[in-house]
Amino acid sequence: MSVILIVEQVLNGLQFGVMLFLMAAGLTLIFGVMGLINLAHGSLYMIGAFAAAATAEVTGSFLLALAAALAAAAAAGAIIEVTVIRRLYAAPHLNQVLATFALILILSEGTRWVFGSFPLFLDIPDILSGTVTLPGGIQYSLYRLILIATGFAIAIGLWVLIERTRLGIQIRAGENDREMIAVLGVDISSLYTLVFALGAALAGLAGALVGAIQSVQVGMGEPVLILAFVVIVIGGIGSIRGALVGALLVGLTDTLGGVFLPEIFKVFMEPGAAQRSGSALAAMGIYVLMGGVLVWRPTGLFGVRRCI
Amino acid sequence: MKKLLVTLVLTALSATGTLSEVRVGMITTLSGGGAGLGIDVRDGFMLAIKQSGRDDIEVVIEDDQRKPDIAVQLADKMIQSENVDVLTGIIWSNLAMAVVPGATAQGTFYLSPNAGPSLLAGRGCHENYFNVAWQNDNLHEAAGAHANTAGYRNSFILAPNYPAGQDALTGYKRMYDGALAGEVFTKLGQTDYAAEIAQIRASGADSVFFFLPGGMGISFLKQYADSGVDMPVLGPAFSFDQGILQAVGDAALGVVNTSQWNKDIDIPVNAAFVESFQKEYGRLPSLYASQGFDTANLLLSALEVANPSDMDAFRTALRAADFASTRGDFRFGPNHHPIQTLYAREVIREGDVYTNRIIGVALADHADAYAGDCAM
Amino acid sequence: MHLNETALNGAILLGLLSLPLYALIVDEPYTITLMTRVVILALAAVGLNIILGVGGLVSFGHAIFFGIGGYAMGILAYHAQTFTILDFGLFITDGTRLMPVIWLVAMAVSATAAFLIGILSLRTSGVYFIMITLAFGQMFYYFAISWPEYGGEDGLSIYVRNTFPGLNTLAPIQFFAICLVLLCLALYIMARLRRSPFGLALNAARQSGIRVETVGIDPVRLRLLAFVLSGTVTGLAGALYADLNRFVSPVMFSWQFSGELIVLIVIGGVGRLMGPVVGACVFVALEHLLGGLTEFWLIILGLILLGIVLFDRGGIIGFLTGRAGAHV
Repeated sequence: MSVILIVEQVLNGLQFGVMLFLMAAGLTLIFGVMGLINLAHGSLYMIGAFAAAATAEVTGSFLLALAAALAAAAAAGAIIEVTVIRRLYAAPHLNQVLATFALILILSEGTRWVFGSFPLFLDIPDILSGTVTLPGGIQYSLYRLILIATGFAIAIGLWVLIERTRLGIQIRAGENDREMIAVLGVDISSLYTLVFALGAALAGLAGALVGAIQSVQVGMGEPVLILAFVVIVIGGIGSIRGALVGALLVGLTDTLGGVFLPEIFKVFMEPGAAQRSGSALAAMGIYVLMGGVLVWRPTGLFGVRRCI
Repeated sequence: MKKLLVTLVLTALSATGTLSEVRVGMITTLSGGGAGLGIDVRDGFMLAIKQSGRDDIEVVIEDDQRKPDIAVQLADKMIQSENVDVLTGIIWSNLAMAVVPGATAQGTFYLSPNAGPSLLAGRGCHENYFNVAWQNDNLHEAAGAHANTAGYRNSFILAPNYPAGQDALTGYKRMYDGALAGEVFTKLGQTDYAAEIAQIRASGADSVFFFLPGGMGISFLKQYADSGVDMPVLGPAFSFDQGILQAVGDAALGVVNTSQWNKDIDIPVNAAFVESFQKEYGRLPSLYASQGFDTANLLLSALEVANPSDMDAFRTALRAADFASTRGDFRFGPNHHPIQTLYAREVIREGDVYTNRIIGVALADHADAYAGDCAM
Repeated sequence: MHLNETALNGAILLGLLSLPLYALIVDEPYTITLMTRVVILALAAVGLNIILGVGGLVSFGHAIFFGIGGYAMGILAYHAQTFTILDFGLFITDGTRLMPVIWLVAMAVSATAAFLIGILSLRTSGVYFIMITLAFGQMFYYFAISWPEYGGEDGLSIYVRNTFPGLNTLAPIQFFAICLVLLCLALYIMARLRRSPFGLALNAARQSGIRVETVGIDPVRLRLLAFVLSGTVTGLAGALYADLNRFVSPVMFSWQFSGELIVLIVIGGVGRLMGPVVGACVFVALEHLLGGLTEFWLIILGLILLGIVLFDRGGIIGFLTGRAGAHV
């Protein structure tokens, strides 16, 4: 196994990781500020991808498609927040899980009703397609490099937003003491709608960006949702920094595990069986990682111990 | 659970003789992610029933949601309460494995319009089970044979890590004579293949064979096209079907895939089928639609001869396969699986629509590898 | 306990018994099969209700035990069916077709799994507990899919239902009776358990772990015991469900199924004795009736679920008895 291949796989892991981060950031923000578990976050990812595919089909512009994804997911998020989610903040986790589970059913089948049962087409724009040669002679997809850069740029943007802006101060205050910031005259319910829409927009953007290299289809959100949960649990729920670290850990573990575990197994097994058992173990890899982290630190890597 | 009672032609003309009514149960996937395939099978099947003009066939259609336990319960319901004579419709092998053994053991006929797991072709074959599509390995075997024809000597092969995926690679290797540059099992439902594509690039292979049904195949092809790796790709028809080709777009152009059917098979039956399907539903028929259509025509041909209540006569009539198939010659082997010609097709673009054209025969008059294990 | 609720519980049980008998008389065997599904799902949810309703911990991975129970049946019956030897190192058997033996194995294996998973998971609480149980569920799911010996994703078919001495399990009504007796037994144990010192302490630990700790009870131990008990009952239900369908597959391990079990409990009423039973009845009925309306019936199901949660009145039982919360 050459160095080039290893570097390439690490890049793949990073790319997967930053896209997970976009999902996980919204999820963890919503949990941190409102204390809400949102299973329907994957549906917002799907809505972003479908909006992008439909817009690209009509206009032919990838940028417009991204804008549409952001707008559609944010709008869907805001509508969901105002009509349903708002009533769940004080409810036990059980009700939140169930209500957002119901939202998945409604949004998935609703999308199928509008767009039909077949996958939609969304492609990388021509100027971003193809590969570039990196130092060391590594050929790597330009689009994936841009995904990595976008992911890190958004991570920095989020950090600035939360640490350096007025809205960020309100968000952080909301995490610590809801009643207090309401008393101080912040309109808490529009703050919540805003945070929810922001999280939704990030998910929608991830859906559109990833939709260009994957299949845009009903149900595409659920596998990502589960991975995003794994990410925020590893990172510590409510922590953006934790989400970034967790996302990169999960991305790298999943990608590298899938490649290297079968190779390792081949050392002491017959190739066919090694391939099968190696990939079986790799499929479970991130869950083992999550279990391990939680046993070691029950509130995740960057989680705060809070009374629940 | 879906209950669409489709009664065709409401009241029979009183002049028609009183044929005893035949009840057909269709269990297929109509909701959720895999609904496209079930809808195609259903539409193809119902088109043939409609064209037959027979008013004495009642088709009960139910949605299995792609869940095996639901499928089993629907089969129980259709056999116990609806008293169906014939069952059909299941798309997925795991659902077929759950339903078919029980249904045939209870004396119901089962006509498979899509799934053909190896167990049901071999040791687990049954006299009441007929497969009108293919044994699961067939299209992969055809791909292996085509690889030899095309002169590939060093293939990289990949499939998801589940039984159908393992069968696919076995099927390919059964016919393919060259060496393997790599063999990879991916996670079922995986959507990112960057890691595998990097391995392909590094492997020094001269061709790639993949079996990744549904959305997995779309993702793989898009990412492969973007990766700059340009060795030829080869796969079974499932990833190049009419329903999903439009979602793959240019990335699929020129890719060779294997199928027992294509819309340009130049026989009148097929031309009429393609035209009438397009007229009825406003879209091009898929592989699955053709299978649904053939399944219904097989059923209709047997009903001309015997009623399902006369099981022996009906079985003999089914076995004769005396119907005009959209794929031309069609007959059953001793295990009630098709012996048929498998073609190599190439993805092309016709105006705005991506579709396939036949470029040659991959395997002529091909039977499956498990027939010998079947003691019927 | 409210008299009203006791009467209601009696009425529910009576309904559960009389509907299949009616179906038997009018010769509608499928209704009996459907009712058997209700009873088995209810049993699985009764199991979950121990940890969720009484213990207050939302397990999003109970499909694990359902699946283990299913595979215990599948594997034992598969070896008996093919006359092959099952070698587990410690003991060697050629499988069995006897339901009682299968049930014992299913419960023992589920209990062991619940013990191990519980030790790790119960270190966490709240959302983390939901997520770690979900993660364990996914581990089992992927393992089952890629485990070729027993069918992988295809699952395992058992051609004839397993046997119970003295009964003909192939007759739908007799198999239904077996399941109903087991459900009643589980309900009886559950009713006793809630009033036992263990149940009361568990209930107290849900409200405040610190408070029970101060009187010298270790809340983690309590919860572990509850989790094991909970998994055991759900495991038994899994074995029955596999026998109902004569089939097992990794779908039994899926997170969607864990979600469905939670749905059953919330529909019926969290922590209510008969909550899971009512929930299972309503869920199966909805599935059956809505499916006939439209291809997009899941949208309607989603709206109904949403309604139940948003207008939380303690589920259907809470609504009928006019007492919104047994707790919370």
